[in-house]
Amino acid sequence: MSEVESAIDADLIGWRARLADNDLFHAFIHSPTAIVSTIVTLLICLGALFAPWVAPHDPFDLASVDLMDSLLPPPWMDGGSFSFLLGTDDQGRDVFSAILYGSRISILVGFLSVIFAAAIGVVVGLVAGYAGGLVDAILMRIADVQLSFPAILIALLIDGVLRGILPRGDYDQIAVYVLVLSIGLSFWVQYARTVRSSVMIERTKEYVQASQVIGLPTRTILFRHIMPNVLGPVLVIATIQLALAIITEATLSFLGVGVPPTSPSLGTLIRVGNDYLFSGEWWITIFPGLALVILVLAINLLGDWLRDALNPRLR
Amino acid sequence: MKRWILAGATALALVGGQAEAKTFKWAYQGDIQSLDPQGLQETFTLGFLGNVYEALTHYDTNLKLEPALATSWENTDPTHWVFHLREGVTFHNGDPFTADDVIFTWKRSLTPGSDLKGAGGKMSEIEKIDDHTIKVTTPTPNPILPRDLPFFYIMSHKWAEENNATQATSPAEANSSSTYASTHENGTGPFIVTGRQPDVKTTFKRFDGYWDKDLKTNVDEVVFTPISEDATRTAALISGDLDLVFPVPVQDWQRLEDAKGVKPLHGPDARTIFLGMDQFRDELLYSDVKGKNPLKDKDVRGAIAHAIDLKAIDEKVMRGAANPAGLLIGPQINGFSKDLAEPYAYDPKQSKELLDKAGYPDGFQLGMDCPNNRYVNDELVCRAVASYLAKIGIKVDLNAQPKAKYFAKVGPQNGNDTSFYLLGWTPTTFDAQNTLFNIVHSFDKAANAGQFNYGHYSNTAIDDMITQIDKETDEAKRQSLIDEAFKTLKDDYGILPIHQQPLSWGVKDTIDAPQRPDDVLDFRYVTMP
Amino acid sequence: MLLFVLKRLAQSVLVMLVVALIAFALFRYVGDPVDSMVGQDTTLEQRADLRERLGLNDSFLVQYARFIGRAATGDFGQSYRLRQPVDELLAERFPATFELSLVSAVMALLIGVPMGVYTALNRRGLLSRGFMTLSLIGISLPTFLIGILLILVFGVVLRWLPTFGRGDVVQVGWWTSGLMTRSGLSSLIMPAITLAIFQMTLIVRLIRAEMLEVLRADYVKFARARGLKPRTINFSIALKNTLVPVMTIIGLQIGSIIAFAIITESVFQWPGMGLLFIQAIENVDIPVMAAYLMLIAFIFVVINLVVDVLYFVVDPRLRVQGR
Repeated sequence: MSEVESAIDADLIGWRARLADNDLFHAFIHSPTAIVSTIVTLLICLGALFAPWVAPHDPFDLASVDLMDSLLPPPWMDGGSFSFLLGTDDQGRDVFSAILYGSRISILVGFLSVIFAAAIGVVVGLVAGYAGGLVDAILMRIADVQLSFPAILIALLIDGVLRGILPRGDYDQIAVYVLVLSIGLSFWVQYARTVRSSVMIERTKEYVQASQVIGLPTRTILFRHIMPNVLGPVLVIATIQLALAIITEATLSFLGVGVPPTSPSLGTLIRVGNDYLFSGEWWITIFPGLALVILVLAINLLGDWLRDALNPRLR
Repeated sequence: MKRWILAGATALALVGGQAEAKTFKWAYQGDIQSLDPQGLQETFTLGFLGNVYEALTHYDTNLKLEPALATSWENTDPTHWVFHLREGVTFHNGDPFTADDVIFTWKRSLTPGSDLKGAGGKMSEIEKIDDHTIKVTTPTPNPILPRDLPFFYIMSHKWAEENNATQATSPAEANSSSTYASTHENGTGPFIVTGRQPDVKTTFKRFDGYWDKDLKTNVDEVVFTPISEDATRTAALISGDLDLVFPVPVQDWQRLEDAKGVKPLHGPDARTIFLGMDQFRDELLYSDVKGKNPLKDKDVRGAIAHAIDLKAIDEKVMRGAANPAGLLIGPQINGFSKDLAEPYAYDPKQSKELLDKAGYPDGFQLGMDCPNNRYVNDELVCRAVASYLAKIGIKVDLNAQPKAKYFAKVGPQNGNDTSFYLLGWTPTTFDAQNTLFNIVHSFDKAANAGQFNYGHYSNTAIDDMITQIDKETDEAKRQSLIDEAFKTLKDDYGILPIHQQPLSWGVKDTIDAPQRPDDVLDFRYVTMP
Repeated sequence: MLLFVLKRLAQSVLVMLVVALIAFALFRYVGDPVDSMVGQDTTLEQRADLRERLGLNDSFLVQYARFIGRAATGDFGQSYRLRQPVDELLAERFPATFELSLVSAVMALLIGVPMGVYTALNRRGLLSRGFMTLSLIGISLPTFLIGILLILVFGVVLRWLPTFGRGDVVQVGWWTSGLMTRSGLSSLIMPAITLAIFQMTLIVRLIRAEMLEVLRADYVKFARARGLKPRTINFSIALKNTLVPVMTIIGLQIGSIIAFAIITESVFQWPGMGLLFIQAIENVDIPVMAAYLMLIAFIFVVINLVVDVLYFVVDPRLRVQGR
């Protein structure tokens, strides 16, 4: 998706100057969309981060879960109880607490995989763009091949490999990191392409040529001088991909290759609740579903706004 | 050149000129693998083919044995049976049914590709007395031979020879010339397969030449569609697209009750779900207890047995439709005894005491394997078990996985890589001996005993009883041996039964379709308005 | 040019071989195929025998080599589960997946392009903002949830549309089409919408972004300065120039349509290749899994190739470079 958008993002260069002018902040306080979506994102993130203190129950503690509490509706319906604000699931876990703990995993996976993908992508992009020639050709060929395979399939494949190689007991413990790796490895291409095209422009600029002339090491030029100037678009892609990563995690969990249901993410919660959509216990799937959509929507809105704000020509 | 494939009803109306063909549409969660009646010995497949093929004996709607292609039979001496075959029966292609077909079918069942070698192996010789009488020799005295045969479908030897189908089609064979029988049928049953697209649709119509003219069903045409997603299957019934679907998730029963025109249909399944424990390793695979195996201690097994509230699992997870069990066989199974069927009492206090006594006052860690797409709410049952065990200090690491992975992991091909597992069993013969032999008997690869005794529970006293049960022809003595075996197992906390799971179908109000306790839909009894 | 195509074809074969290799390395972790091929009374010995006859005891490299060797002669083996030749099965299922993907792609284009153009031209309009928010919601909704909700509303509550399958199909040669019957068409609606939503939101956003770019290009400014009508500028010049890069991306998106079709097909019991694949995984049907993955790799590779050739044809600069 954002593989194309990245093409436009390539020319966000010079964003630091605009930031210095406080343009971005100015734009921010004048955009209700930006403010609201930031607040929503922050609220969910904070709720997830402090889940152990905020959540009324610990849904992961099997000893405290009682089967006899299962399938209770939210308190405003008949048979509901105020100790379970959004009802309970098929196992007697508090849905509200499960959402808080679930977002924790979803957001963790989202952030880590985006950071991971960005790290790979930026390095590859810098090297390819700066070195050019054969190195560039090989790296971009790999990127092309990977780009044509949908992220979900790549993630499924990597997940499958690791699941097979690792001993079972260990797998569950590191399921989260396996997801991060799978999603991250399928997302790096966008960064690489964007950074590469930015670098190709930067390379011709005077400050780079000057650095080359005074004999600075390539590494220094790349990471100290060029990199800061190409990070603007990276930030925009990262925001949009954060949303995409969370959705991908949910879809993978829905397909049953995500985190185990004993410590569920939002996607796993939705999958489990899916079985109860017809039976009238809609709250088990609808509330986690809503949480997911709101979170992703807020992040996407933020990303959209950020792109427009950082792109001078669109203003 | 265009060929129009229309929905079954219209096609028949056009071809047969019938004004109103009654078309019965149903769905199951999967499709059969092949039309070859010896291709896969699995209840759904064989039950499905039972509408097209017939065996010497037949189960009625209550699993009572009744005559089919054999009209009567007698056990002339411990190792010989005489079957009198029905006269005037023809196969769908018009071939008459005779003793030669039975003998051919038996020989075919022993060919490499056959998955009915087990049933075929119950007979060591079949002798043709005349065209409609055969004499069967069994390798050992077998008082229940007719019970081994209701899924042993008779094929026409002439048809098989004409079509190069004298060998059972094997999944291993890559050439398609030998797979004629897996894509074509020629049985003696009341329905003919008129079209089949695997995974998509199979259509049937009534066989005009069927021998039993008093068949209860009034259905002319049947359309079968496999639908794998539970929600989609339920939706297809409620929306009126289908007449009958199964299985229906138990949680959707209320929805079906509330919806207009449809209802849930449920009854006890012959399958018993139970928990098995590793009792052969000296150290558990997935545990923090090192150097010993707590599950070898009877007190620990007892603690687990009394810690699980089977009634709550029934009430909450199974919506009250299961039958909490104290015995590895359900009431439909030959050998069931009501006195032994009482489940272990739910008593967490006693469990704690037993754990203290065994030297694990703080419990221990235990890895559990569970399928998540095999039995009714299987994963949920496991999660409930894990939650109950957590309350007495046993910390369960649950590994719920698709059945393909699960069986590969816990099965003997992988050295039974499990400490604690959930499994279900329906004895194919509907006799206790089958359960005892496969689930309870000590694991013995050479004798093929205890193949599904994944935890290698072993009690030589019970093994001896099982051997005797196999040979005993006196009903009363046999029953007391069965009772004794189950009683010993129960006192030993060897294997822990959970429940007989419910059968769960969804059906239109206007349709009458008896639900056989082995989850088989027999078209013979289906009636429509 | 020919050399370029040949070079890329060689690379393509390599990609397919690698895909198959990875696939075979993975298969033994999916489960034991023998478990779903025999019944519970089958003895351990018979199971071991079958495993041996299927060649499952060989190392994955041997199995891989055997598969490639046979595939090279056009023999993709026989499905373990359905006991039919795999190529027949895939050919039987291909039309269903193709029609579903095609209809949803057309649907996505017909709705997505006008919406994208509109939002680009009226960037600050209320309706534009509405469209953009809608498109964001489209991206934020997981495909599986959309499918189930559609069934619930239009199949169960309103009873307007069939809940599963493909309806009646018409046979044209080996091809089966659901596009010519009423029930076929009505069965197609919900799966196509489910599959189209994600693509549509993507197209809206792409068209908008590209269009905004083009509208600021010098030749558009020049056209404006010359006093051309806004309509001419917007549609004859701007939209035309927008479509080239968008088309390439849409070509690449065919891949993701096929991937998401797996989910859509399993929700709607749509008898396509995706459903076949999902059920193959469930039953460890190795020949079907291997052939499907190879086929998908092949489709991707061909699309990539076509896109590259198009670039080559469209962009004169590449021709000069000779690549």
